[in-house]
Amino acid sequence: MSTEQEREHEDRQIRCLVAKVGLDGHDRGAHVIARAFRDAGFEVIYSGLHRSPDEVVQAAVQEDVDVLGISILSGAHNTLVPKIMDGLREYGALEDTLVLVGGIVPDDDKATLRDEGVAEIFGPGASMSEMIEYVRANAPDR
Amino acid sequence: MTDGDAEGRSAPAVSTDQSAVEGLVEGVLAGEHRALARTITKIENRAPGYRDLVAALHPHTGDADVLGVTGSPGAGKSTLVDKLAKAYRDQGLTVGIIAIDPASPYTGGAVLGDRIRMASNVGDMDVFFRSMSARGTLGGLSTATTDAVTALDAFGKDKVIVETVGAGQNEIDIVRTADTVAVLVPPGSGDDVQMLKAGILEIADLFVVNKADLEGADRTVQELREMLHMGSGASTGGHHGVSADAPGANGEQASDEGELDEGGSEPADWDPRIVETVANTGEGVDDLLAALDAHREYLVASGELDQQVRDRYAAEVRTLLREDVHALLAEEIENRGGIDAAVDRIVARETDPYTVADEVIAPVVECVRERSEED
Repeated sequence: MSTEQEREHEDRQIRCLVAKVGLDGHDRGAHVIARAFRDAGFEVIYSGLHRSPDEVVQAAVQEDVDVLGISILSGAHNTLVPKIMDGLREYGALEDTLVLVGGIVPDDDKATLRDEGVAEIFGPGASMSEMIEYVRANAPDR
Repeated sequence: MTDGDAEGRSAPAVSTDQSAVEGLVEGVLAGEHRALARTITKIENRAPGYRDLVAALHPHTGDADVLGVTGSPGAGKSTLVDKLAKAYRDQGLTVGIIAIDPASPYTGGAVLGDRIRMASNVGDMDVFFRSMSARGTLGGLSTATTDAVTALDAFGKDKVIVETVGAGQNEIDIVRTADTVAVLVPPGSGDDVQMLKAGILEIADLFVVNKADLEGADRTVQELREMLHMGSGASTGGHHGVSADAPGANGEQASDEGELDEGGSEPADWDPRIVETVANTGEGVDDLLAALDAHREYLVASGELDQQVRDRYAAEVRTLLREDVHALLAEEIENRGGIDAAVDRIVARETDPYTVADEVIAPVVECVRERSEED
């Protein structure tokens, strides 16, 4: 690795918002991911439970995050995620935010979410290091 | 993050930087949330162009009231800030909040959790909430905070609240960027000796005994009151305490501060107030608002506010110079073969730390002397 690359790597502080949206109260996964991201050297903003799409958008815009990780285990992803994407678009934040979805998402829905602009969907059993590598590799260049 | 990398390194063209800065300034002044968010990111990252950015925003500042809130972890700062923001919003004022959480000294990572408590202002974009981590590696956190306050002020926020964990000197510096400092003291924070010890108490204009419904709250209030009335000198005057000339009642030398009620014809000293609140129910928030307003009035009436602003800018310039000179000298050290080479010579007793420092700073000294002779 060249010095230049090393320097770049060192200076790059990735900011993530880990968001629980909708009515489901299962936040263990979100906590584990927040913790793992922190240990990977990211700055993690955790939204807390039961956030509405508007709140998630507000947080993502104000915090100027590189990565928005949405955790949904309620099955309402087809309703909630598009609302968030619309909100990000409204504030001009859609293009340079890497949006990830975590949770139980049927294969059919994955394509829909991708069409909406979700970059990747992580289901049960996704490895932590895989996720961190993905974020490092794909965090938007601004 | 990447602003700087993209604009500064891969495209070193100054003009790109310049237009990016201009765009951001325009956006901030036009009230675009995205531009404000990006501006604060640039400030945090000290991305190329951030100095121009802050400089361009400065003329548009000076209208916001800045409140600093600090206190031990779990004292209820975030919850109280949320309720305060709500109260200000009800008055039709706009609010900016900067919440600082510690970063891991090992990985630089952080979990910034203050946002979770912002339950009263959800979906209200006129409360601009920004989490910042105390990134150890970049240093200059207090500078970054000051600059972020500048951005929120220029954006047009009426009230800016800086919230930080009251754990050390760094936090005290940050809170000093505020006009008014509120220190949260949870009940049962230890006996009165603890209170005298804790340096953070010296900077308070207001004490908030939060969780006042818990057992021990009365005692904490009592202990605070005793501490404040001990008249033991500057330490209880709040960091904005004006010195009064009147000697203390019982003949003690009032070096920095007179007895609190002896202002005479002079504008009275600020007597740090104690307010009791229960943040999660909103109890006592009105009292807190009244106390904050009273302090504001005092600041304006006594002329203390103007003095504070001047002191703050003086301190800011000094800090910036220190950082700049430090960077400049780091360059000079590199030019001279690096710090390790110098240390090798020191360890081998070929030279000593003072001589090395003198050598490194010599060109700067020479330059300054030359210029002052020219004048």
